[in-house]
Amino acid sequence: MLLLVYFGKTFGMSSNLRTMCSIMGAGKTSDFFRFDWKAQRWNLVVVLGAMLGGFIATQYLSDGSGVVLNPKTVTELNRMHVDEPNGKLLPDALTSADALQSPKVWGILLLGGLLVGFGTRYAGGCTSGHAITGLSNLQLPSLIAVVGFFIGGLIMSWLLLPLILK
Amino acid sequence: MKFIKYLLVGILFGIVLTKSEAVSWYRIYEMFHFQSFHMYGIIGTAVVVGTIGLQLFKRNNLKDIHGEPISLPDKEKRFTSYFVGGIIFGLGWGLVGTCPGPIFILIGSGFMGIGIVLIGALLGTYLYGLLKNKLPH
Repeated sequence: MLLLVYFGKTFGMSSNLRTMCSIMGAGKTSDFFRFDWKAQRWNLVVVLGAMLGGFIATQYLSDGSGVVLNPKTVTELNRMHVDEPNGKLLPDALTSADALQSPKVWGILLLGGLLVGFGTRYAGGCTSGHAITGLSNLQLPSLIAVVGFFIGGLIMSWLLLPLILK
Repeated sequence: MKFIKYLLVGILFGIVLTKSEAVSWYRIYEMFHFQSFHMYGIIGTAVVVGTIGLQLFKRNNLKDIHGEPISLPDKEKRFTSYFVGGIIFGLGWGLVGTCPGPIFILIGSGFMGIGIVLIGALLGTYLYGLLKNKLPH
């Protein structure tokens, strides 16, 4: 974040979603996507780098030890039929080839993405733009957004997720 | 050539978020259930370092790489959109455990299922663009 500020930019990943919509021609139907997306190319390069970084980290910098959870968390997950991490980053229940055969899993992933994409633009930022950049810059709106993130996350995680995964 | 530095920042971002497991669905679940300090440690550290860094930038009137004074745009002052948008975002975050950065990082790591999340996120962004003028902000 500080590096990007030094380069004269602000750190925020979710603006790229808007840029991508614009590139795909969303400007035809909404003013919101009619902006000079070419000025955002630097941010798309950050995205490309992030993808490479993810690849490098999982392929070359990983010893397979992976996520180690609080045993209590594991019990809760088991109750919802979510597999233990055992060195994985994501549960097979959501992303394994098997799981992706299921329309329900597609639905979950699509719905989650939809909420993230819509919410982040409505709120004007995501974890990087609000929680990290915004809070660091002592912005009250970002604090409001982060409180919102948590309310939404808590409702989902405690109330809805157990129902959805059942 | 001028894009190289952004590529490097991105690579660093991808590696750090993967190695710190901030991209992990499990870690997000655990965070919302207050069962580990892990995510709070990562976000807290980022905010503390960021705050101190930005204050140093501002107090010393440091210039950025182009020689321009450093300033971050202030967020607009309003409430509804931050709060409601935040809650909607949180619902999605709690469900699929990925915010926009990790979506890209995980696709790079080879989790093709997250491609579906990306499609959803693009649709969601598009939907916002369509509805923007009708929503309270």
